Amino acid sequence: MSLTFLLLAVALLCALSFVFGRQRAIALSGGRFSNLHSLPVHYGTYTALWCGLPALALLIVWYALQGPVTNALVISDLPVEITSDPGQLSLAMNAISLIAADHGQHLDVAPEVVEAGNRLAILHTISNTALIVVLLCVALTGLSLSYRKIVADMRARNNVERIVRYLMIGCSAIAILSTVGIVFSLLFEALHFFSKVNPLEFLFGLEWSPQTAIRADQVASDGSFGMIPLFAGTLLITLIAMLVAVPIGLFSAIYMGEYASPMFRAWAKPALEILAGVPTVVYGFFAALTVAPFLRDTGATLGLSVSSESALAAGLVMGVMIIPFVSSLSDDVMSQVPQSLRDGSYGLGATKSETIRHVIFPAALPGIVGAILLAVSRAIGETMIVVMAAGLAANLTANPLQAVTTVTVQIVTLLVGDQEFDSAKTLSAFALGLVLFLVTLGLNVFALKFVQKYREKYD
Amino acid sequence: MAVVTADAMTNAPHTRGKSKMAARDLDLFYGDAQALFNVDLDVMEREVTALIGPSGCGKSTFLRCLNRMNDTIDGVTISGKVTLDDRDIYDKIIDVVQLRARIGMVFQKPNPFPKSIFDNVAYGPRIHGLVNSRDELDEIVMTSLEKAGLLKEVKDRLASPATGLSGGQQQRLCIARAVAVSPEVILMDEPCSALDPIATAKVEELIDELRSNYTIVIVTHSMQQAARVSQRTAFFHLGKLVEVGETDQIFTNPRDERTKGYITGRFG
Repeated sequence: MSLTFLLLAVALLCALSFVFGRQRAIALSGGRFSNLHSLPVHYGTYTALWCGLPALALLIVWYALQGPVTNALVISDLPVEITSDPGQLSLAMNAISLIAADHGQHLDVAPEVVEAGNRLAILHTISNTALIVVLLCVALTGLSLSYRKIVADMRARNNVERIVRYLMIGCSAIAILSTVGIVFSLLFEALHFFSKVNPLEFLFGLEWSPQTAIRADQVASDGSFGMIPLFAGTLLITLIAMLVAVPIGLFSAIYMGEYASPMFRAWAKPALEILAGVPTVVYGFFAALTVAPFLRDTGATLGLSVSSESALAAGLVMGVMIIPFVSSLSDDVMSQVPQSLRDGSYGLGATKSETIRHVIFPAALPGIVGAILLAVSRAIGETMIVVMAAGLAANLTANPLQAVTTVTVQIVTLLVGDQEFDSAKTLSAFALGLVLFLVTLGLNVFALKFVQKYREKYD
Repeated sequence: MAVVTADAMTNAPHTRGKSKMAARDLDLFYGDAQALFNVDLDVMEREVTALIGPSGCGKSTFLRCLNRMNDTIDGVTISGKVTLDDRDIYDKIIDVVQLRARIGMVFQKPNPFPKSIFDNVAYGPRIHGLVNSRDELDEIVMTSLEKAGLLKEVKDRLASPATGLSGGQQQRLCIARAVAVSPEVILMDEPCSALDPIATAKVEELIDELRSNYTIVIVTHSMQQAARVSQRTAFFHLGKLVEVGETDQIFTNPRDERTKGYITGRFG
């Protein structure tokens, strides 16, 4: 019996219970819905929810427990010589699950293992059959219990709303728990890394060259894991990006919000926001194939040596990418400045630009700073453009014409290699990820606090 | 015809003062909708002129014509003439920025800038270059706050944000801000509608004091307020100026039935 079938069966039962519940409510009402506490549809939903939700919960729990329980049963019957050695046990379990799934004909294994595999297959069949029976029982019980509870003054509406509220709490819990899960997985792998590499060396080391020996007998460097060059590269590119994005974004926002005619604004604003819709990989090859060669050639004619993968190219393109981010956020905050402030300024004989400079801009400043901080955290976390245009050389330099590398680029290159997974090289990606996460989180929190703190004042 | 009556009255010889501002044949359209019809009104120098009438009657719109604030609204067209000291303020050679420095405005809702109390008052003098030194600026700010009756309450916290003041204090700050530019005329658009009775009383008192130096036009919904602070009252209805005259006469002996109906509370 497949999962699809079970889900369909539950859905069908839900639909039936909806109809039953509604019918019963209509019958109880004696033709006048005002005799009921709630609308018939609420009684239907009530029975449907009580039929479906426990069944679904059971399904999830059953599938979560089925594997561990059946495996434990099978392992308990295996001879001690296999179970005592973790390596052998894991091999045997692989064979057992293959045999159970009917793919194990060509395996050359001990008869105990074959027997265990067959036993696992039987256990699975039993479990699946039991699931169907139990599931249908639960669904029908839910249906009949809730059906019987329907009386004219039952508060079905409130009950349904309460259940829906719990469902929403569940959804938010899933979102929050996934974040927590991601953070913890980062944290544990990073701690693993720090047991191999001194955290101080990682945080303050000036050299980054993560090449370590793949096998114990190879001759290679020990690798050095100082993240300063990576953060310096990230900050350099971010700085260039912000130098492009902040003035252009801000001035275009001011023009759009304060000067442009409604006609112009109506098409120019969406056009600007299309920039935000360009996939970053497209920006990436634009940077690598158009901007970088252009900069190199221009540099050559000026007598400057520009590396073909330069921080400048990546930063410029990233800045263009961030323009709509800065401009639409600051446009929003500036348009929130109340008209009464503009009137007050015009009424004193201020010109438009005086009003913008002395009244609107200062009033919107907290929001604008918040927008810029969000843009910075976006730039720091940006990966695709820098992977394609910034290069891999971990130079500690402030010269934008040289190649630099960033934290995100290094994480990508560390994890696409074929290193074993618990080497310091691979694990360093998690440590970098953790630091990156903390930096962007800090920036975001700070930006939001900043905006909130000042927003209340001017409304 | 009411318009004719009003016309006749404005042109009637007036015992006090001379006309500071005048509107002649003023029509105003928001797009296609006409909001003011043929308004003729004189504003007398160093007097308080109150504009009264039911909501939507065009009194605020008329007020905003007097310092060309309607210029900032899209789709407004105006015909007719508005003069300040006999010069047409809609003339092309008039710089609206300088005009608004001569005709200040106080709005319905107190709208202090999100700056310090000092900077709010200093805003106008600074943008118009009225001062050459910090001392002069201090002087202007202090006298303006004094004139607005606010100096005592705020002199110890000039550097704190103006948004921290109470509503009534904010409105008096806005008056100080307008006064700091040394305007000749001050327009007030329902300046007390967002204030409690005590703050209202203070602002009314202030208006009465300002009258000795400034020409004031005030839009108000409160007929008691019009009666208390103004010397002349103009009654607007449906975009037309129905009647204008001495405040006492308007409230005791209105000539137009509509005015009578409005001030006795039968409509509006």
